[in-house]
Amino acid sequence: MWKTILRRILIMIPEVIILSILVFLLAKAMPGDPFTGSINPKADPQQIHHLMKINGLYDPWYQQYWHWVVHLFHGNLGNSYQYQEPVTRLISGRAANTLWLALFTMILTYAFALPMGVYAGRHEGKLPDTIIRFYTYVTYCIPFFVILVLGIWIFGYVFGWFPTTGSISSSASGWLSTIGSRFYHILLPGILGALFGTVNIVQYLRSEVIDAKSSDYVRTARSKGVPSKDIYRHHIFRNSLLPIAAFAGYSITGLLNGSIFTETVFSYPGMGLLFVNSISYRDYTVITALVLIYGILNLLGTLLSDIILSIVDPRIRIE
Amino acid sequence: MSLVEIKDLKVHYPIRTGFWNRITDSVRAVDGITFNIEAGETYGLVGESGSGKSTTGKSVVGLEKVTSGSILYKGVDITKKANRSRLDYNRDVQMIFQDSLSSLNPRKRIEDIIAEPLRNFEHLSKDEEKLRVLQLLDIVGLDADALYKYPHQFSGGQRQRIGVARAVATNPKLIIADEPVSALDLSVQAQVLNFMKKIQREFGISYLFISHDLGVVRHMCNNIAIMNRGRLVEIGTRDDIYNHPLHIYTKRLLAAIPETNVNQRMAHRASRLAVEKIYQEQQSKYYDENGEAFPLIQVSPTHSVALPETIAKQLASQEGEVQA
Amino acid sequence: MTTTSNFLSIKDVSTAFKIDGQFYDAISHIDLQVQRDEILAIVGESGCGKSTLATTIMGLHDPHETKISGEIDFEGTDLLQLDDAGYNQFRGAKIGMIFQDPLSALNPLKRVEDQISEVMDYHTDLTKEEKHDRVLQLLDEVGIVNPKRTAHQFPHELSGGMRQRVIIAIAIACKPDLIIADEPTTALDVTIQAQILDVLRAIQKENHAGIILITHDLGVVAETADRVAVMYAGQIVEQGTAEQIFNTPEHPYTRSLLRSMPQRDNENDDLYVIKGNVPSLQKMPSTGDRFAPRIPWVPADAHEANPTMHEVTPGHEVRCTCYKHFKFPDEKGSVTA
Repeated sequence: MWKTILRRILIMIPEVIILSILVFLLAKAMPGDPFTGSINPKADPQQIHHLMKINGLYDPWYQQYWHWVVHLFHGNLGNSYQYQEPVTRLISGRAANTLWLALFTMILTYAFALPMGVYAGRHEGKLPDTIIRFYTYVTYCIPFFVILVLGIWIFGYVFGWFPTTGSISSSASGWLSTIGSRFYHILLPGILGALFGTVNIVQYLRSEVIDAKSSDYVRTARSKGVPSKDIYRHHIFRNSLLPIAAFAGYSITGLLNGSIFTETVFSYPGMGLLFVNSISYRDYTVITALVLIYGILNLLGTLLSDIILSIVDPRIRIE
Repeated sequence: MSLVEIKDLKVHYPIRTGFWNRITDSVRAVDGITFNIEAGETYGLVGESGSGKSTTGKSVVGLEKVTSGSILYKGVDITKKANRSRLDYNRDVQMIFQDSLSSLNPRKRIEDIIAEPLRNFEHLSKDEEKLRVLQLLDIVGLDADALYKYPHQFSGGQRQRIGVARAVATNPKLIIADEPVSALDLSVQAQVLNFMKKIQREFGISYLFISHDLGVVRHMCNNIAIMNRGRLVEIGTRDDIYNHPLHIYTKRLLAAIPETNVNQRMAHRASRLAVEKIYQEQQSKYYDENGEAFPLIQVSPTHSVALPETIAKQLASQEGEVQA
Repeated sequence: MTTTSNFLSIKDVSTAFKIDGQFYDAISHIDLQVQRDEILAIVGESGCGKSTLATTIMGLHDPHETKISGEIDFEGTDLLQLDDAGYNQFRGAKIGMIFQDPLSALNPLKRVEDQISEVMDYHTDLTKEEKHDRVLQLLDEVGIVNPKRTAHQFPHELSGGMRQRVIIAIAIACKPDLIIADEPTTALDVTIQAQILDVLRAIQKENHAGIILITHDLGVVAETADRVAVMYAGQIVEQGTAEQIFNTPEHPYTRSLLRSMPQRDNENDDLYVIKGNVPSLQKMPSTGDRFAPRIPWVPADAHEANPTMHEVTPGHEVRCTCYKHFKFPDEKGSVTA
């Protein structure tokens, strides 16, 4: 198994190289440059020209790419044009924020979705099932950013229950109050993300449970004289959760990607917000670094899913 | 010259292992088989699941990549794709599948299903095409209103006949029938088998009839090959195989067919258990040291068996004594 | 071992399924007895209701979607009066069931050992070790060569024949008095089929159990059954000993089935084809002989208006009196309508 995982990681190398070239080229293809309008709206075009030149932005793309790769291997992703600090430091400061939010959202999502999916599947066609399905359709129909904006307006401004910006309150001091403040800041985006991110899991789990209920092995269990509640516990739930468990690998990277919306609306200083800002400022070094990280995370997520699946499903063995 | 000559056909699937995923071994699904199908005959290919009989069938239609060996159709090797298209092979050779529901496109109407091979190979006008489809439906005994229905609206037997209608649409010379009746009830099975025989009489079609059911094979086939773990263990006429089987594997298969003669059931069971005992105890006599079948040895103009020459001759003469 | 003969007695049982809000009989007015130490085969084509009968005895139908009437008397208890918990005392313990498709009937995520010992969890007080020993003993009994290895494996690691042996081991784990085998060999090769039937017979001898063997394969019936019930369109149309059914079949359906089989001596003839189709549940006629439309040359007055079972010889019963006049069209003296 370890061999296979190592091999899969090695296979990822050419994928990452191709990805990085694509990302690099796309970033370059964007109109505009990092300097116009950002330093000073009335900056001298001559000076911008000069800045472009000393930063090597007039070189052929492959030369620029090559410089970038060489620096990459020195652990140097360049400096942000916008923030004037090393990209590595810029991103690492924000990665933790994003990770906290993503993890919290994911835990909440599963905590909401699993009971709902199982309950709906078990009581297929009855009132609770109808309500849960209605709920998932509604959350599916409303665009996520609308929910975020509505949520922040109602709970943040009207009621004032939650902070509407940032990742930590400036008055927090001491580790307890720091953690408390951080948690307080991710509470509303986490809950909203979870409440409205359940639809896929609920629907999938529901249909898995319904399939399992009428499966032959459940009929076998019934003919063994196993009581209904034990059949659900020992046969139906475990078998229905299997594809969901395997999905977890993808969903964590999905959440990292999805953080772009949440972080923008909540002005939450994570990778997503950084990404959006860098695009508007043509901050090439940051864009390429972030896309590369997202790309690698996606590849790792796929691998993670395969590994989880091979652990929980005896029929699949990575060999 | 036979219609189809299969010569030393091999289909191996690679097994990849290790860090670099290199081919370390192979599954020898079909491992060097040779037989001929004559024009207008039904050739039976019999074996248990995993014997390689379906793989053989798919190779003959060109659905399987052949590792080595040749399949000559009218003297031309059709394992090469260029030869298949030059000969119109895909028009002359059609296939009937076991599962008629999953082999018919559920979203297409019967008219389109049956007309599909016509559209591929013949350029008919709309009216000609419709007339031909109606003729085909008539041949398989379905009403004209079937044209606008979908596969799920038919019973298993009707669907299987639709599969047959599609297979005969282009006037093929050879039909590969892979377990065509094993999913069907007895009365429907009778219908499909009768019908296959009827169109054979009318159009001179040859069948490669692949089945595990020796009762059905006896009813349908003139010549039969018994397949075991990718190799042929015995080939012969119906009489050779059913009345003078030589290889223990053939005997074992025959002994396992349930008989409807209740009065003989104890005797039949005893003989089955006796054959099973020989099969278990005398593996080394009937298989080589690797547990594989020996090369085929001819014991009569029609009958060959996969045994060392001395044993084959000895068994054949014993059979001959029994005959005399 | 008790000497009372009928330990399972099915009386006037009908099972109706709900289709588009209406109930339609899948089996109607079944009367059937099973004794200890016998194999009763129920034979018929798909759609004749034989599997419905099996699942009705096992109580596996959803009460909201089915309507069951009649009485199933098993060792003094009317099974149809039991609630789910009451039924669970019988299922797996006194009645074991063997299913057709051995791959899908086993939970893909559980080891063989766990699936066999699960049935003992609910019906015995055995300790973990005792259950483990019993599992190995059972696997050995059903003819698995290396019980220890197999017990530790998952279903997908076994061949079809091995899986079916595991299913049988589950069914017999608590030494049931009645075993219902629904097409136990249909998915298997003939050589494996023969071995599985041998195992079933051996178990029956050993446990003095009664077996209901459901199959469409007349060959399997002739080789295995003591008594046979032939079903057509939800009804039993003929029953008797295996000898009676195969040596002197009487009902037109039984005779038609036997005639449509490929036999040793009919290679060059066409096989007999039964005209028409089995009626669907919604189109099942409520009166008259249900087989009559498939033998149209038999005059209408040869059938009973409400066909009942008639005893031909002791133990041999046939539905409807039309069998007395029935001849195939190509037989001498046949009547054409």
